[in-house]
Amino acid sequence: MKDAQDSYVTPDGRTIGGILMDMRNITLRFGGVEAIKDISFNIREGEIRAIIGPNGAGKSSMLNVISGFYNPQEGEVWFRGAKRPQMKPFQVARHGIARTFQNIALFEGMSVLDNVMTGRLNKMKAGMVSQAIWKGRAEREEVENREAVEKVIDFLEIQAIRKTPVGRLPYGLKKRVELARALAAEPNLLLLDEPMAGMNVEEKEDMSRFILDVNDEFGTTIALIEHDMGVVMDLSDRVVVMDYGRKIGDGSPDEVRNNQEVIDAYLGVAHD
Amino acid sequence: MFYREAGDFKTSYEADNQTFPIAFDRYRYWAVLAVAYLVIPFIINDYWANAIFVPFLIYAIAAIGLNILVGYCGQVSLGTGGFMAVGAYACYKLMTAFPDVNIVLHVILAGGITAIVGAAFGLPSLRIKGFYLAVATLAAQFFLVWLFNKVEWFYNYSASGQINAPERFVAGVPVTGANTAPWAQYLICLVFLTVCAIVARNLTRGTLGRTWMAIRDMDIAAEIIGVNPLRAKLSAFAVSSFFIGVSGALFFAVYLGAVEVGEAFGIQKSFLVLFMIIIGGLGSIFGSFAGAAFLVVLPVALKVIGVDLLGWPTDIVSHLQLVIVGALIMFFLIKEPHGLAQLWRLAKEKLRLWPFPY
Repeated sequence: MKDAQDSYVTPDGRTIGGILMDMRNITLRFGGVEAIKDISFNIREGEIRAIIGPNGAGKSSMLNVISGFYNPQEGEVWFRGAKRPQMKPFQVARHGIARTFQNIALFEGMSVLDNVMTGRLNKMKAGMVSQAIWKGRAEREEVENREAVEKVIDFLEIQAIRKTPVGRLPYGLKKRVELARALAAEPNLLLLDEPMAGMNVEEKEDMSRFILDVNDEFGTTIALIEHDMGVVMDLSDRVVVMDYGRKIGDGSPDEVRNNQEVIDAYLGVAHD
Repeated sequence: MFYREAGDFKTSYEADNQTFPIAFDRYRYWAVLAVAYLVIPFIINDYWANAIFVPFLIYAIAAIGLNILVGYCGQVSLGTGGFMAVGAYACYKLMTAFPDVNIVLHVILAGGITAIVGAAFGLPSLRIKGFYLAVATLAAQFFLVWLFNKVEWFYNYSASGQINAPERFVAGVPVTGANTAPWAQYLICLVFLTVCAIVARNLTRGTLGRTWMAIRDMDIAAEIIGVNPLRAKLSAFAVSSFFIGVSGALFFAVYLGAVEVGEAFGIQKSFLVLFMIIIGGLGSIFGSFAGAAFLVVLPVALKVIGVDLLGWPTDIVSHLQLVIVGALIMFFLIKEPHGLAQLWRLAKEKLRLWPFPY
């Protein structure tokens, strides 16, 4: 295992840095139910990290712990070499952690452009007076951030729909707009909760390409939950496998593929 | 045929961000402003000012305010009447305490005071949503009306319990009190409405507006992006109450002149303004204008048609008005939840393609 702080180079030539986020002995309970039991893993700078597991394994709960929706009863979250205190989601966002949701959570009443612009909220600091008269800082920021947003829109190839209300878009495009909104924040760590759920093969290929490009061009660290094993094995550098709230495997896709416990969890065990 | 983007090229984001991206709309906007400022003041008389224009302008300000809270931020409020009363009483106290200060400043300060009160009553919105929040703001409505009735300091211990607007001047022209000319009433309200509408438009198209709409559409996703729900909701309550406070101050000082709180700012007022934005269109500045115009003109039009033309008794017509408003609300809630503004938007979309829709 490569658990040291130093960086290494992957077979395809990308440099993976030190540990960005370290989850240490996380336990999360809802009443009597233990959703996550004593799980530790880390996410390295620049890597694509997958979290997989059968339904109800606690994957989404794990993502919610990272993004601050849930506070674990036990364990510590370390970010950039410092222990993170209990935080609200909007404070986590300020640390450069963006995410998408399993069930699309876009602002349906707003245009695509406004949705993506909202992603840059933390970059816009103009006061209320400046905004009210639409002069000075507010107007300047609006234009600067619009430029940044247009780059993301170009990158994800959604130029044609930028003024369309999100409510009118089909599912696949909505997923892409949600990714655009997360990317607009220029995150250090991007969390994707089932980015390919409900997509056909072509859309999955598109989305995979976008994910690889994001990682490649912006150097964004990505943690994703996905059920499509082919996608996971192709995209990710390291995989965490969860089952019933426990961690049953951690390592490169090949290591995980040959892990007996993982095979048992996915294929079942013969009871004789 | 003239109403389209084609040929109207934008070369900067400033140009693309403007309020009316279509040239025809811009001309129309300036035309409306020109008529409102340069034509109507010269032909307005007492009847038109009191029956239609002044109440329309004042209710439009209130509707814009409530629309920011309900339409843009998604927080239902039934406290509009109460907040208008705060504006009115704040304006009254300021007018009598500092008689030398300009009334315009008093009205703005009254809006500021209402903003603080509104933000305080907005605190429950952090915990409760929807109907429950509506009930909480209903409490604000009743509490504020009770407060202004109960505490004599608010109406300067006058025997009648009413507040009366003393005469005040802007640039040597009386705008409150008995000697006010209709055009002066009209113009001061128009100036306030113009400024309020522009400010509201700027706020709602910028960062703050996106924050509000994000909270309205999906508060969980808003939080994950970095919206602080506390600040977003309280700022919506504050800005909304500011506009409502300004409208309350004008309603008292310029329009009515004398006010008894339970009568002028009762629960009916809250519902009236809420109906305006439902019929006009939630989440639209134009909708606030349309709704205010509709509900101000409707009773007058019904009275003219029913009483003057058809000779029906007055009470039947006034009851008929309640029936029609009620039916319209149901109609809009079912057929067009986005109100007159949505009809207007659809008409514009069709017009853009006319006469060759393919």
